Amino acid sequence: MSMILCVSNIEKYYGNKGSMTKAIDNISFQVQSGEFVGIMGASGSGKTTLLNCISTIDRVTSGEILVGGRDITRLRGNALNKFRREELGFVFQDFHLLDTLTVYENIALALSIRHVSPREIHKRVLQSAQKLGISEILNKYPYQISGGEKQRTASARALIGGPKLILADEPTGALDSRASRMLLDCFSQINQELGATILMVTHDAFTASYASRILFIKDGRIFTEVRRGTEDRKSFFN
Amino acid sequence: MLFKLSLRNLRKSVQDYTIYFLTLVLGVAIFYVFNALDSQGVMQAVSASTREIIKLMLTMLAGVSVFVSVILGFLIIYANNFLIRKRKKEFGVYMTLGMSRGSISRILLGETAAIGLVSLAVGLLIGVFASQLMSILVAKMFEADMTSYTFVFSPRAAGKTVIYFGIMYLLVIFFNAAAISRYKLLDLLTAGRKNEQAPMKNPLLSGILFVLSLGILIYCYLSVLGLLGTVNRTRVLILIGLGCLGTFLFFWSLSGLMLRIAQAGKSFYLRELNLFVFRQMNSRINTMVCSMTVICLMLFLTIGVLSCGVSINQSLTAELESMTPRDVCISKSLETTKNQSEEDAGKNIVTYLLQQGFDPDLAFQDGYTEVITYATPNLTWEDTLGPVKEQVMEQFSMLNWSQREELIPLSQYNKMASCYGIPTYELGENEYVLLCTFDSMKVIRDISLQAKASLQVNGRSYIPKYAECQEGYVNMSSSRSTLGLYILPDSAFEGGELLPYCGYLAADYKAKAMEEMLDMEEQLAKASDHTPLYVVTKQTLRESSVGISAIMTFIALYLGIIFLISSAAILALKELSDSSDNRDRYRILREMGADQAMIRKALFRQIGIFFLLPLSLAFIHSLFGVQFVNRMLVIINQVSQLGSILFTAGFILLIYGAYFLATYQGSRRIIEEE
Repeated sequence: MSMILCVSNIEKYYGNKGSMTKAIDNISFQVQSGEFVGIMGASGSGKTTLLNCISTIDRVTSGEILVGGRDITRLRGNALNKFRREELGFVFQDFHLLDTLTVYENIALALSIRHVSPREIHKRVLQSAQKLGISEILNKYPYQISGGEKQRTASARALIGGPKLILADEPTGALDSRASRMLLDCFSQINQELGATILMVTHDAFTASYASRILFIKDGRIFTEVRRGTEDRKSFFN
Repeated sequence: MLFKLSLRNLRKSVQDYTIYFLTLVLGVAIFYVFNALDSQGVMQAVSASTREIIKLMLTMLAGVSVFVSVILGFLIIYANNFLIRKRKKEFGVYMTLGMSRGSISRILLGETAAIGLVSLAVGLLIGVFASQLMSILVAKMFEADMTSYTFVFSPRAAGKTVIYFGIMYLLVIFFNAAAISRYKLLDLLTAGRKNEQAPMKNPLLSGILFVLSLGILIYCYLSVLGLLGTVNRTRVLILIGLGCLGTFLFFWSLSGLMLRIAQAGKSFYLRELNLFVFRQMNSRINTMVCSMTVICLMLFLTIGVLSCGVSINQSLTAELESMTPRDVCISKSLETTKNQSEEDAGKNIVTYLLQQGFDPDLAFQDGYTEVITYATPNLTWEDTLGPVKEQVMEQFSMLNWSQREELIPLSQYNKMASCYGIPTYELGENEYVLLCTFDSMKVIRDISLQAKASLQVNGRSYIPKYAECQEGYVNMSSSRSTLGLYILPDSAFEGGELLPYCGYLAADYKAKAMEEMLDMEEQLAKASDHTPLYVVTKQTLRESSVGISAIMTFIALYLGIIFLISSAAILALKELSDSSDNRDRYRILREMGADQAMIRKALFRQIGIFFLLPLSLAFIHSLFGVQFVNRMLVIINQVSQLGSILFTAGFILLIYGAYFLATYQGSRRIIEEE
């Protein structure tokens, strides 16, 4: 298995010299291709900052982050947009769907930005919608569908470009338990069947139990790591 | 404390307020400039008659100013309401913190006062400098000698500006207080969390209405071109109403169709951010239909007013030379009236002038010509209508049909025509020719000529030689104003029914220098003391023509600018506030990896389409509307319209374009800030 993500010695400071907050304090870890990694921690532990740094939404103070062997902390401007567009897929707690677009269009937009041909777009949107079980609601608007459906739409959008890495920030945060389970089942399926690499941030143990490996973060540091190995998810959760 | 808060708020929402503020400044400056025209040095450097014209112009501009202040008042109140609505949530927070409605009103009062005072001060300052430029334009138009140029400031205009805008700001304060007292706390707090819905309109209904709107507009266009029968006053009102309706339906149905059409072209719709752009527009055009309609109609008025103003100006100047072939034309009534004794009535012009000590042979070059026209109470406008009398009188009931017709013997007319160098006529024994150059009158007279209306004079009957009115005049004027003059064979005037009506004398001065000519005019005016002589000179015609041109141009500019900034400001404000709502959407696009260039292009297109849509329809409206106005205003001596079109286009491009760019830049700043 090849290495997709290599985070080495990154730090992120907020504030000035007088009062400095270390949101990330020297974190290093690696993610192999096809892994489903969870990052757990209480709120304020720095897990979202870590995800933001990897997703290039935020910048590290020091250290480097390699995605597919390339140091993304050095990327600027359009190269950064290109990286986000072509290598990453995002799933957010509050979905970040465009409310003026239908489900179909929300997913299709991810491809049209990548200059994919219209015929190809249509084919791939239908495919991924089927995979995530949202074929029935393609013509609905976000305000007409449930939270779980919204998150699956967002996942379809994240997946459709075939990203190297899918970053999920509290994907179940706004969902009830049934919808959460459905979404996480989808994630597992995507992870196993398509070999997609997923990095998921959560504070919820049940959600994290779907991951094959969990990094625990506290006060900006990784303090432990748990591997599921060959156990099934239920026993892993327990 | 409260005032400090309002100032800080202002600074925070400066993006929304910049365009509002600039529009206010522009409004104040323009208001001052057009009201300060009187105090300019030009007034001292022009002749008495021109001064009269400038006074007339100022009276008209003062009237227009009232209209303008109403428009600006609406704009300010609308824009302000709009900006207040955007801040509902802020007020909600104040209220949860225990602030009373009164205090919030006072905050708003502080803001309005601050904006008002600053915009007045800045606007007046700009206005004072701009009016210096204006005085150069005025001097050029009135051909005044402006060698002794002085810097002028009009306290009267400044005072007027302060009072008018003061009233508008007071109204704003009143409206704000009313709005605040109406709001409920819950509404204020949840204002930001509105449910975004973009209901799709029924495509079939949209399609039908779209076709209907096109039908209505085409009907209006053909009507104003005169292709569907004559257009009288009631019909004009109906057409205006239909035009507004058609415009509204056009935007309403377009909002339902635009997205469908775009979606039909899959390869276009699914390229880059196109689908996002169209969805954006679709989500907003529904709420924009009314303002789009108003803006389109205002732009139409702008284009119409500007291009007509300019083309009337050109047409008047072009016509002047051909309409004033001689230096002077004197006319005198030959009837006893309360201003003229029976004795004076019997004298023709030459006799009368000689008696007053003015010798035409000394003053005028050889070849001066005098002719006499005739009339009879038995021959009024009504009597000449012939078979179409009832129909025409019903259609044009507002005319004074009991006016007497004026008739001239053929030999007399031809003598005068030769003097002016205009075409002469020939007539058969029982024929007549009707001269009429005033367009709306010509329409009526042509109907009766086509119906071969005969004329009964001295017991004989005459029929029209031509089926329509002919060109010609006996009295010089700056425009085509012959209402009607019948030319009959000389024999028709034997029999005593026709009585002398009016005398006309056309001549060139012997004097060539300006002073001598003016002296001559003074002598003629003195001769007129005893009985009214109507003296028209090339010089006065020229001055009045220049004056009318100037009045038209200034009023057109004044209204044009006001209409233009009003509509552009409304569009700009809407766009800008939408951009702040759209910030989240653009952030999502960036997260998805859309390039900055791609996003900017999408924004540019979105704003561009919103600015272009009403402008394009307004342009098409005006293509037809301007022609109609030209016909109504009797501009027959068609000058090339190219100049006025270019001027108008440039003018609109400048102001509208500036607002567009400011909006684009502002929106870009809003969506790109983190």
